[in-house]
Amino acid sequence: MTSSFSDRLLGRVRLGGLLALAAPLLAIVFAAIVTAIILQLTGSAPLHTMNLLVDYGSQPRTIVMIINLATTYYISALAVAIGFRMNLFNIGVDGQYRLAALIAAAVGGALVLPGPLHVLVTVLVAVAVGGLWASLAGLLRVTRGVSEVISTIMLNAIATGLGAWLLTTDRLAVAVSGSNNIGTKPIPPSGQFPGLALIPGTQAKVFGFVIVAALLGVAYHVLFNWTRFGFDMRATGRSESAAVASGVNVKKMVLLTMIISGAAAGLVGMPQLLGASYSYSLDFPTGLGFTGIAIALLGRNNPVGIAIGALLWSYLDNSSDILDLEGIPKEIVIIMQGTIVLSVIVAYELVHRYRIAAEQRRVSRQLSPGDPAPKEGAAV
Amino acid sequence: MEEAAISTSTSSATATELAVELQGITKRFPGVVANRDIRLSVRGGHVHAIVGENGAGKSTLMKILYGMQRPDEGEIRVNGSPVGFRTPADAIAAGIGMVHQHFMLADNLTVLENIILGSEPRRRGLGIDFAEARRKIQEISGAYGLGVSPDTLVEDLGVGARQRVEILKVLYRGARILILDEPTAVLVPQEVEELFGNLRRLVRQGLTIIFISHKLDEVLSVADAITVIRRGTTVASVDPKDVTARRLAELMVGSELPSPETRESTVTDQVALSVRGLTVRGGEGRAVVEDVSFDIHKGEVLGIAGVEGNGQAELVEAIMGMRPADGVITLGDADVSAWSTLRRREGGIGYIPEDRQRHGLLLEAPLWENRILGHQTRKPNVRGPWIDRAGARADTQRIVREYDVRTPGIDVDAAALSGGNQQKLIVGREMSGDPVVLIASHPTRGVDVGAQAAIWDHLRAARAAGLAVLLISADLDELIGLSDSLKVILRGRIVADVDPGDVTPERLGSAMTGATDGAYSTAPGATGAGGGASAHPEVTGAGGGASAQPEVTDDRDGPSPERRGSAVTDAPDHRGSAATDAGEEA
Amino acid sequence: MTLTEVSAAPPATPQVRRFRLSWQVLLLGVLALIFMMSVARTVTGANDITSGGTIGAAIGLAVPIGLAALGGLWSERSGVVNIGLEGMMILGTWAGAWGAIAFANPWAGVIAGAIGGALGGLLHALVTVTFGVDHIISGVAINILGLGATQYLSKLVFTGMKGGGETQSPRIPPVTDVSIPGIGGSLQDLEDTHVFFLSDLAGVLRGVTQHVSLFTIVAILLVPLSFYVLWRTAFGLRLRSCGERPVAAESLGVNVYFYKYVAVVISGALAGLGGAFLSIVASGIYREGQTGGRGFIGLAAMIFGNWRPGGLAGGALLFGYTDALQLRQGGTSVHALLLVVAILLAAVAVYQLVRLQKNRAALISGVFAIAVFAVFAVTDTVPEQFTSFTPHLTTLLVLSLASQRLRMPAADGLPYRKGQAK
Repeated sequence: MTSSFSDRLLGRVRLGGLLALAAPLLAIVFAAIVTAIILQLTGSAPLHTMNLLVDYGSQPRTIVMIINLATTYYISALAVAIGFRMNLFNIGVDGQYRLAALIAAAVGGALVLPGPLHVLVTVLVAVAVGGLWASLAGLLRVTRGVSEVISTIMLNAIATGLGAWLLTTDRLAVAVSGSNNIGTKPIPPSGQFPGLALIPGTQAKVFGFVIVAALLGVAYHVLFNWTRFGFDMRATGRSESAAVASGVNVKKMVLLTMIISGAAAGLVGMPQLLGASYSYSLDFPTGLGFTGIAIALLGRNNPVGIAIGALLWSYLDNSSDILDLEGIPKEIVIIMQGTIVLSVIVAYELVHRYRIAAEQRRVSRQLSPGDPAPKEGAAV
Repeated sequence: MEEAAISTSTSSATATELAVELQGITKRFPGVVANRDIRLSVRGGHVHAIVGENGAGKSTLMKILYGMQRPDEGEIRVNGSPVGFRTPADAIAAGIGMVHQHFMLADNLTVLENIILGSEPRRRGLGIDFAEARRKIQEISGAYGLGVSPDTLVEDLGVGARQRVEILKVLYRGARILILDEPTAVLVPQEVEELFGNLRRLVRQGLTIIFISHKLDEVLSVADAITVIRRGTTVASVDPKDVTARRLAELMVGSELPSPETRESTVTDQVALSVRGLTVRGGEGRAVVEDVSFDIHKGEVLGIAGVEGNGQAELVEAIMGMRPADGVITLGDADVSAWSTLRRREGGIGYIPEDRQRHGLLLEAPLWENRILGHQTRKPNVRGPWIDRAGARADTQRIVREYDVRTPGIDVDAAALSGGNQQKLIVGREMSGDPVVLIASHPTRGVDVGAQAAIWDHLRAARAAGLAVLLISADLDELIGLSDSLKVILRGRIVADVDPGDVTPERLGSAMTGATDGAYSTAPGATGAGGGASAHPEVTGAGGGASAQPEVTDDRDGPSPERRGSAVTDAPDHRGSAATDAGEEA
Repeated sequence: MTLTEVSAAPPATPQVRRFRLSWQVLLLGVLALIFMMSVARTVTGANDITSGGTIGAAIGLAVPIGLAALGGLWSERSGVVNIGLEGMMILGTWAGAWGAIAFANPWAGVIAGAIGGALGGLLHALVTVTFGVDHIISGVAINILGLGATQYLSKLVFTGMKGGGETQSPRIPPVTDVSIPGIGGSLQDLEDTHVFFLSDLAGVLRGVTQHVSLFTIVAILLVPLSFYVLWRTAFGLRLRSCGERPVAAESLGVNVYFYKYVAVVISGALAGLGGAFLSIVASGIYREGQTGGRGFIGLAAMIFGNWRPGGLAGGALLFGYTDALQLRQGGTSVHALLLVVAILLAAVAVYQLVRLQKNRAALISGVFAIAVFAVFAVTDTVPEQFTSFTPHLTTLLVLSLASQRLRMPAADGLPYRKGQAK
């Protein structure tokens, strides 16, 4: 194992539990510096910009919007993280949630059912559609060995086409009054998810779905850390060959994980659909799946980490609205987000390498004091 | 180390005759010292063998000589002048070439492309001059009788041919000094003999060969000089004419060698595992295991002997349910042929896999999670669908204690442990499942001598308690010593039943190659095998270090005093061990 | 569709088991294809499927896909998976437009586009090669970053310009078109007669000879050039060895990091060129979201082409062609194409049955052929939304039906660190 520049750099850092926390923080600071430099170069005052972001972002109404968007991001990132835990890249969350939301919106708009049941049926339709769409990628991987990275990218495009075909007035869509937009038939009040007046000082309500998202996070944690099924998933993610030898049916796990991930992805559109728009129209938000990937990476697949990542991302998205009014292109925050992701994953990678080397040093030091014995397994 | 040091016999040679000279080479890695004060003198035109156990530091040393690692201290002289290699390119420029243990070939490129890579003949400075390359390759191939055709894809070549491509690659670069790292590890006996023929031809033409091995009979048959490495340093330089295999083995290990022998029989008449007509088909529908049948009784160890790659791995995977197979497998009274791997494990089959890093462990998971692996449906690891962390952790503590797994705690990752301790953890885990049958595939491969003895003890104790064991090993001494009965597998078929009480490794070795008894004398190990066998009486122990079992030596083929002529069989599976070896000696 | 290298170079490395196409066979194949399309056109009356306009548009649409695919080829041949192609392409669209406008010269835009993409590639190389981060993750991040950076920059730069806005640039000075003179008119006349086969041939010829942008010609030349560099030079051999077995390359003194860096930067530059083509030639304007996932389609074309330059060019043409049909009576044209697909599948089935003796494969192909024909027979048109994902569906089908014939570089996407060679 050669010591690269980065190893030496990190070799001076003391290892501790704090390092795992310090890595993302340092990465965010680094991203902030990069952003500041870009702002400076393009003629905007960095400090002034940051101030604007903080001021606007701490207004009650903005806070509600931050929580609402973060709810969506959180679910999306969880869906991605479920796959990541098993080394599956579900890049198809994007297509899965759009197709699921569209069909669920159509079903929800067509049904007449009593309150909670109406919501439940709509949500279940979304979950089923998301799971089914993702299962295509799972089946292709299991039966034909097609990489899920490629297949989900392709399925995203196919979902877009299918969605466009379904969302025509011949099929699921109706004209939205007062605009040239079209969308599904609005979901009646019985099928809407009531909001919560959590934040004082504003009329805006927090999506009630935030509770579902939180429960989903708890379920995710329990599944992976406390159940046999979760153990099998993690084992498969760490070493497929060892999992096979231990009796795990890897094909079944791959398929199931894709389906679970897709089912979770089906929920991504629900906060927006059931809490705000009540209809899937041409302007339904897109690209949430890719944001989910980035946030899952930020949060290291940890439910609390993902929550922090989702809030950060949503904060940047929402508070940046003020920038355009001040003549600063608000897309600077996308640059900042991209830089954060890149620097965080690099930081994690370096910490990871450092930890392995440090642990091996520690073990060999503890076991053979004074004996400079050659040990195997130094390089993994 | 001093107690084992023997004077360096070649040190009197003048510098001009020496092709390679190493003085005081030391190389440290984080937490370990891989090489310490290495001294080595290689004469031009010699085959110079470097022997030592796996993990002794041979490969690191060769990487230093080939410019892949830089030494922290010491001096390298090539043909008398000091050199400082920064990259392999520097070593190549100095006329040094290396044939790696794991072939450095790209399957999807042609032989020609693999050979010229990095020193391509150009045409007008831009394109590759393929005609010139082809001409030169055929010329060298002809001159040394390597018989390599330039335009085949490497993936279509057999192991022996690939090795010749590797040698050609080195010669193509004009190397006069060849390093061969464990060249026979993946070869069958005929190929070994061919290789030695090639080597002799090269030496006759004035090339120098540094030959790394831990197979003593081979070393004795081909080397002009031998240097022994133990625990990272050179402990002796000897003349092959003056030394026996046994003596070399003791120099390598630095202590008296443990023996795997089992005394009284504990075999019962109850069949624990019965296999009938087992057939496994490979990729092209060819049978890789064909019509194999056997019974293992409670308290019996059934050994399967065979040159690696003759279907052992597939047989094991079929019994474990990891690979589809025809035939009937009965566990106790139950026909388990249609059972999943998990159900078979639950039914009482324990499994020590051949490649522990790929199949036995989650390297980046803590020990207590590794305890659960393979037993994720059983107490004390789980309660219903829930993981029982406390139970699993407590039981991991017990395994660490009872099986002497040297670790600072059960929360360290498995990757941080040495090979021997990883293997002890696996053995402890598999024994904890109260198995009826244990499939032990190379249970002591790549572990140190101390761990090897401990694992043998555990196997013996379990056998005495009524466990049925299927033992697959490349170490013939281990097989003969532990087994109650032996079967020989060749090209996927059981070709012979052997009584372990009445067989020598030599005879077993010839059965494994399909040769009749007399034919074995043509096999490459013949000289060494003779030397090893005659070495029996000379058990002297190597000085004062005898009592200390060095934890550090990471031995792949268990050193044992008896009949150490087992080179033929000692062919670690290069497919499986790539991952393992990446972790060793690195 | 094994359109392997179409270069006239002598087969210096005869690949034993690989079917090699000669000029004659290729020409025959193209003529046979035109013949089948002619049949389909005659049967359905979808005159646009072989019209010169369609073919010309197909080539124009194939260029950005092909450039992205070439970018993927360079990167993946060196062992780095590049799903950041989309982001690099986006950078190329903006940089291309900016360069052309700022220097009032479209070729300056071409160069700027390549540089913009190359910067994305450099970042990808830094993250994946130096820091060893997973290639897919880095690619996703670069796609985000590329989008953000261009949106930011266009607001900053184009907003103030005449005709520009927050999401689009002013008009870009065009690249010159060239035509083979003197034949355009007569080909057009022949085409308009709708004679069986002859008109189709005329349409194809008109498409490839009239009003071809110089940029297109440059892009087409990059295909054989890539083949030559990657397969016939020492540089290319070393680069490919990094994608097949980096430790082997390292053991022979090849600086793996260097070649990976170069490959990924070139990959980014090619994707950037693809982006620049979109803004400079295809639209004459930079517009937000212009790439429309073409980076991913390029990836698809590369896989379709089995990681070979000739193959990916074929894939790009096919995908460009279906794209072009969308613009020209999409529904009926694609519907007519179904007949061609059915005939092709039937031919494959017969080939499998008679020549390869593979009954099961032949049966599957046959069933598919009948199914496609049935769809053709019972419908009149294919919804235009469906034609938008033809490339993606094709790729999925190729991957799931012919994956054993695909051969990606052996070390593609695997982490590599210096000094880990055993």
